[in-house]
Amino acid sequence: MKRLQSKLHKLSVLAIMLALVLPAQAGEVAGPAPDFTLLGRDGQPVTLSELRGQVVLINFWATWCGPCRKEMPLLEALYQRYEALGFTLLGVNVEEAGTDAEAFLKETPVSFPVLFDPENQVSELYEVSAMPSTVLVDREGNMRFLHHGYQDGYEDIYQDQIRSLVRERI
Amino acid sequence: MSQLRITLTFCLVLVVTGCGSVEPWVKPYERDRLADPIMSFDRDPVSNGYINHVYEAREGARGASGSSGGGCGCN
Amino acid sequence: MLRAVPEVVVAATRQQPGLLVLLLLLAAGARAGVLPEDRADALYHYYDGGGVQIDGPSLLMRKQVGQQFSVFGNYYVDTISSASIDVVTTASAYDEERTEYSVGFDYLRADTIMSFSYGNSDEDDYQADTFNFGIAQEIFSGLTTISLGYGKGSDTVRSNVDSSFEEDADKQSYRLGISQIITRNMLASVNYEVITDEGFLNNPYRSVRYLDPTSGTGFSFQPEVYPNTRTSNAVAVRSRYFLPYRAAVHGGYRYFTDDWDIDAHTAEIGYTQPFGAWSLDLGYRFYTQTSAEFYSDLFPYEDAQNFLARDKELSSFDSHTLRLGVSYDFLQDGYQFLEKGSVKLFYDRIYFNYDDFRNINGGGNPGEEPLYDFEADVIQFLFSFWF
Repeated sequence: MKRLQSKLHKLSVLAIMLALVLPAQAGEVAGPAPDFTLLGRDGQPVTLSELRGQVVLINFWATWCGPCRKEMPLLEALYQRYEALGFTLLGVNVEEAGTDAEAFLKETPVSFPVLFDPENQVSELYEVSAMPSTVLVDREGNMRFLHHGYQDGYEDIYQDQIRSLVRERI
Repeated sequence: MSQLRITLTFCLVLVVTGCGSVEPWVKPYERDRLADPIMSFDRDPVSNGYINHVYEAREGARGASGSSGGGCGCN
Repeated sequence: MLRAVPEVVVAATRQQPGLLVLLLLLAAGARAGVLPEDRADALYHYYDGGGVQIDGPSLLMRKQVGQQFSVFGNYYVDTISSASIDVVTTASAYDEERTEYSVGFDYLRADTIMSFSYGNSDEDDYQADTFNFGIAQEIFSGLTTISLGYGKGSDTVRSNVDSSFEEDADKQSYRLGISQIITRNMLASVNYEVITDEGFLNNPYRSVRYLDPTSGTGFSFQPEVYPNTRTSNAVAVRSRYFLPYRAAVHGGYRYFTDDWDIDAHTAEIGYTQPFGAWSLDLGYRFYTQTSAEFYSDLFPYEDAQNFLARDKELSSFDSHTLRLGVSYDFLQDGYQFLEKGSVKLFYDRIYFNYDDFRNINGGGNPGEEPLYDFEADVIQFLFSFWF
């Protein structure tokens, strides 16, 4: 019995060490950003591939997610600062109905395009695994950076990454 | 008790090794209802702490109640 | 069963000291955790039952400090006016005040939250110092949260009757919890807690009674004697379910057992129904326990056993609780620095029915007095602000 117990303990330590080797979930990514078309607040469609030539930050958010709400004004500040340099920001709302999002945006207005993904097609396409999720796409339409969640200070990381992508010329 | 120990260690192993291979079946963007305050296990910590204390001071049972309180000479 | 060793967690960490826990936490993948919300709560609590009235405030303040810390402080007072069955049969009614404060913080580091707290409870014949430590880790993309906790309490027991009396009681608790998202509408959790106590575990004022033909009443009293150790295990499962319309139902069951031979079952159900800014809570709780091995309402003669107890808390009894709660959310759009606020009123009515504790004021031959029962009203009035 004691032998079995110590074997199980060793096994669990080994298993944990294996789990440690799992790939990191945040940081750099590669590959073309999957294309999509979603409707904006004005009902007009927005297609990602038509934004090629600009640096695009795609942020998946919802009103029921605390860190998402906290992040919105900070994303607005980044949008206003870098828009003129060929940067745009797409706020993809993942809720089933747009009513909560509209109510939130009334209190916390933003000027960047907010798109609605009520059937979560784009969330699945991008394998969104945390709320919020932020993807940075370069001028050639390739995904470059991926962030899961939001914590204080992430906006500084976004800023550094936007700056480096904006400097790249096709 | 050693059987319990083995079972719990085994469960821990399953949980941890399952980390990379099991896909989350409730996606993060599907957790709107779970984020509603009425679904919170500990919505009013001050009230929960108090009512757990009321029971613990009058019952023989203690523990696993969700609040980690302190001692008192409550008779 | 009488070994005072909390097996699972301590054994695991003893064999690989701290390593198992640490590795588990590191291995779980980079998901960002969230600190508890900033809030301020003011509760007025009131208890009236079995000849005892206790009321007082409980104030809580919690604030995030910097990017990684959330600190809290709680101030709690019990103002006690006691003429309970134990008191009136063996002593006289008394008034007392107990003050408890606790402070603590939560530390967020990537995907782990570490919690520390210290609490102090002070009344004129009892001081308790308690430290608590906990770790919570999200894994599986946040579907599962694993938590571990450890608590240590150091109590000092005195007596208002005997100023030279002073004893210690120490407590350690070990907690393991798993919280799981089952479906889009359902959450569940399992919690396991082992508690060990050592020291002076009984009450310096309480007595047991034994048959005494030489006494006018037919019985006499002697001080209670408890073992100086106790180990208990409790495991609880809880679940919450979001109904097809905006409402939630919850249920839970806890099994408790200890080496004093007490077995207890606790079962609860509840229903929460919001109506716009208003909300209604209904609940029912059932509790049943078997008596401690050394408990008796009436011992056959003096010093009948090594350990003697007549505390109704250790007897065989049932209790039923009915709960009604009403709450109102105000400031839903915020006001200056306040994000939202709520006011709540909870009313619990608890029915206690004892199977082997008798009301010696009820008349009758010793051992044939009516079994004791009483009802208690518990009222909570709570203001909460989030900012």
